[in-house]
Amino acid sequence: MTSPSRTAVALVDFDEAVRRYDPVLGIEVHVELGTNTKMFDGAPVTFGAEPNTQVTPVSLGLPGALPAVNRKAVESAIKIGLALNCEIAPLCRFARKNYFYPDVPKNFQTSQYDEPIAFDGWLDVELSDGEVVRVEIERAHMEEDAGKNTHVGGHDGRLQGAEYSLVDYNRAGIPLVEIVTRPIPGTGERAPEVAAAYVRTLRDIFRALDVSEARMERGNVRADVNLSLRASADSPLGTRTETKNVNSFRSVERAVRYEVSRQAAVLDAGGLVVQETRHFHESDASTSPGRVKSDAEDYRYFPEPDLVPIAPSREWVEEIRATLPELPAARRRRLDGEWGFAEAEMRDVVNAGALDLIEATVLAGSSPATARKWWMGELARVANAAEVAFEDLAITPAQVAQLQALVDSGRLNDKLARQALEGVLAGEGDPESVAAARGLEIVSDDGPLLEAIDAALAAQPDIAEKIRGGNLGPIGAVIGAVMKATRGQADAGRVRELVLERVQG
Amino acid sequence: MPTFNSEEVARLAALARIDLTPDELTQFAGELEVIAHAVEKVSELATADVPATSHPIPLTNVYREDVVSDVVDRDAVLAAAPASQDGKFLVPQILGEEA
Repeated sequence: MTSPSRTAVALVDFDEAVRRYDPVLGIEVHVELGTNTKMFDGAPVTFGAEPNTQVTPVSLGLPGALPAVNRKAVESAIKIGLALNCEIAPLCRFARKNYFYPDVPKNFQTSQYDEPIAFDGWLDVELSDGEVVRVEIERAHMEEDAGKNTHVGGHDGRLQGAEYSLVDYNRAGIPLVEIVTRPIPGTGERAPEVAAAYVRTLRDIFRALDVSEARMERGNVRADVNLSLRASADSPLGTRTETKNVNSFRSVERAVRYEVSRQAAVLDAGGLVVQETRHFHESDASTSPGRVKSDAEDYRYFPEPDLVPIAPSREWVEEIRATLPELPAARRRRLDGEWGFAEAEMRDVVNAGALDLIEATVLAGSSPATARKWWMGELARVANAAEVAFEDLAITPAQVAQLQALVDSGRLNDKLARQALEGVLAGEGDPESVAAARGLEIVSDDGPLLEAIDAALAAQPDIAEKIRGGNLGPIGAVIGAVMKATRGQADAGRVRELVLERVQG
Repeated sequence: MPTFNSEEVARLAALARIDLTPDELTQFAGELEVIAHAVEKVSELATADVPATSHPIPLTNVYREDVVSDVVDRDAVLAAAPASQDGKFLVPQILGEEA
């Protein structure tokens, strides 16, 4: 949907904008926890279920229904708080956030207000070139997700303006943790990249903690991006806008870029940035003003009288801390040390998303260097050509390790290994069976090699003469001919030895 | 000392989606005034050594385990709604909301 106000927006070139203004970010991330049931009732939370089949009286806000807190969700919230270096509140409460909207059946969202379960943390975010930005975390609090509205009619004229919405409450009540940063200053031209890297770092942490599947495309992780500009780092903070529900790393980056360009144009024209929520549009990477709600900020929060306070004992918190898994950044550092990759190599591996696969390949028996060579070389080439992710390639780390074992044992050379890989990717089976079925095996028996060498030397008699005269250059031509004759299945080193014996001996 | 005028009552009514006549606005302004006075009276007793509380029963950490319970019958709840379609609740469109 394009409105006139959107097409008429003035923009300043991004590079120009960050030369003259200092952007300040603030990011709110919602993560849906991967519990079996909802935050306050036992309704299941299976993704993709039929509408309104995962609801209880609590999810529907029926009169008299009483909520009860999911212990697992609290545990997950504490895990997230600890992973983000937060303090865990010794006592905190839920609060009602009151507003009317059809996806909130109770007419309030059960959230936390002035007493979040976790607060005062930080997260180090590593950028693509290795620079680390420390993001301060203001708070992480627990709340519940809303249902899902589908807007029908009107725009396409089918119902002649009789617009209405259909509501599915399966998602209403799914546990969420909302993580709020403090203002992030000093990112300059890297603001878009920092914003995306922060959300990606959080996503990786959620997965490592096993608190959520954290699948962006399913909306498990959603970001609201706040941005303001100021004249310089010494100036007071400017007026910010909040772009809601930006749901991919790329969109986070583009939303920040757009707002920097747009706000710079507003300020250049002597205008004032309006504090408002904005929508992000994937189609052209723009943002537009959200609905103006006159009572938007008047949520009349008050403590939820149907729930008693949460007071996590220090013992419980320490128990959870002790069982936290190794977090992604620490794991990267450890693997880097174990593998001995160069700094740039390791960064490429991380940026390509190949870390897990290489680790699994190494665990399956390959050396780190060969595992890296396969994934970052041939397999990256295949994945790029097919425009798919590594995970979508029809090969497992164990199969890559098996392929490398065939090379290490001398049964395949690099060229044959690539052919075997092709077979594996085509679904022909394990490297071992592909090699057998395709007849891929280095010819190590000297007989057929000598036959091919003799044929090659006979075809070009001057070559033997040159070699005998001490000019070893032409030997490559003989090896090439033998390779061709054996369809690449010869061991080049052995061929070389045999040629020299033949000519000189 | 808190006072309520009818504009404030009108705002509260709008936030709560309650339609009030001008007479009712005046009436409730007076009644809320009485309630505010009562709260004020209680506040006099709540000295610094009385902690604020959100719940009458001194309990914390009441949890349920993460175990799936029964769900409601969809047809039954949809039948109780004013309108439904495709297994979903049908509600009037919100003004100005983007599709």
